[in-house]
Amino acid sequence: MAAIELERLERRYGERVALAGVSVRVEEGQTLAVLGGNGAGKTTLLRVLAGLLRPNGGSARVLGAELPGERWKLPAQVGYLGHEPLLYRELSGRENLRYHARLHRLAPARVEQLLGAVGMEERADDPVRDLSKGLIQRLAAARAVLHEPALLLLDEPRANLDPAAVELLEPLIGRASGRTRVLVSHDVEGALAESDLTLGLRDGRPAPVGAELYR
Amino acid sequence: MIGTARAILRKDLLIELRTKESVPAMVLFSITVYVLFHFGLDRDSLDGELASGVLWVTMLLAAVIGVTRLFAAEREQGGIDGLLLAPVDRTSLFVAKAAALFVFLTAVELVAVPAFALLLLGPSLGGAFPELLAILALGNLGVAAVGALVAALAAETRARELIVPLLLLPLLVPLLIACAKATEPLMRQDAGPEDLGRWLSVLTLYDVVFVLLSVAVFDFLLED
Repeated sequence: MAAIELERLERRYGERVALAGVSVRVEEGQTLAVLGGNGAGKTTLLRVLAGLLRPNGGSARVLGAELPGERWKLPAQVGYLGHEPLLYRELSGRENLRYHARLHRLAPARVEQLLGAVGMEERADDPVRDLSKGLIQRLAAARAVLHEPALLLLDEPRANLDPAAVELLEPLIGRASGRTRVLVSHDVEGALAESDLTLGLRDGRPAPVGAELYR
Repeated sequence: MIGTARAILRKDLLIELRTKESVPAMVLFSITVYVLFHFGLDRDSLDGELASGVLWVTMLLAAVIGVTRLFAAEREQGGIDGLLLAPVDRTSLFVAKAAALFVFLTAVELVAVPAFALLLLGPSLGGAFPELLAILALGNLGVAAVGALVAALAAETRARELIVPLLLLPLLVPLLIACAKATEPLMRQDAGPEDLGRWLSVLTLYDVVFVLLSVAVFDFLLED
């Protein structure tokens, strides 16, 4: 079964077209790399796939859920790691993860397991506002995979991470996780190396992957 | 549903305890308004209708601050996406936000009502304490239900500081009338709980209507 099926997907912000004519099919376990310059529509595509934005045209089916009508089925199955860490600055990393675990009805043991997996045991009780961007990104990755999602939507997931942290997070959000992934990255070579499919976007429309994408 | 609402409420109270952004501002606002009335009316003490009106108008204006900040943590730290990305039904979210506002209002009144009695009120409230407590609780419940609804409506708008008072205060007019009318006899020199039952019934009806209405429409809020 295809994890993602998009057919002439369209999304507008008022009069402005953010996505148009996007068609792609991603099988379970595959990684789709979405490439394009700033404002190309990559983040909008991820937000549509996460059920955070309604498509305005075409059809979108994610993990068997027809969007937007069945997007209520997605939260339990989709992990989203975007530009915002979606963590409360005044709470500690542990408190943030426990809060998300309660929303997903998970046991606190899962939080402790993930804090260990992202190397945050020692700083887990520090308020998020006191952490570096790299450490916040580790926590955000832990939050995104807390509920063992079948589909990971990753927007520049390695931003602010040092090489050791990239390696640490590989089993959670990398190809080694075995999950279906949609990966947005400006690191073209890196994204191509770890993807099965690519989608180039320019001004919200599909475009051939190459230097033209960034002009 | 209860577990999810409790998790969101616990998070909101924890953030308020650490940031102290809403409740202290509401308390300071209330006391400042009482001081302004003290000098503006050039009176050492108020009673009856005037006292009751000053108390409730001040409480509702202070509530505007709490309602405007009710979704602040979500708005400023991307938490709305966090909620939408979790299997959270909107009723849980409404219950949690209304409960948080109820707690904030109660905390404000713990300081603001004694301050009102000290700065402005003529007659003692001592004998009417249980009645006043019932009016405050029902008033807070109504403000919390309407406030959570308005806060969610305004959460993603840029002009929320304008939208919140413009939507909230007209919706609170029936509640203000009922609260002020119920409190007025308690603040007279010849205090007596006349008509109290009638106004408490009006308040209860208001609360039931707005809790049901808010639960019904909350599902359609916070959509893109």
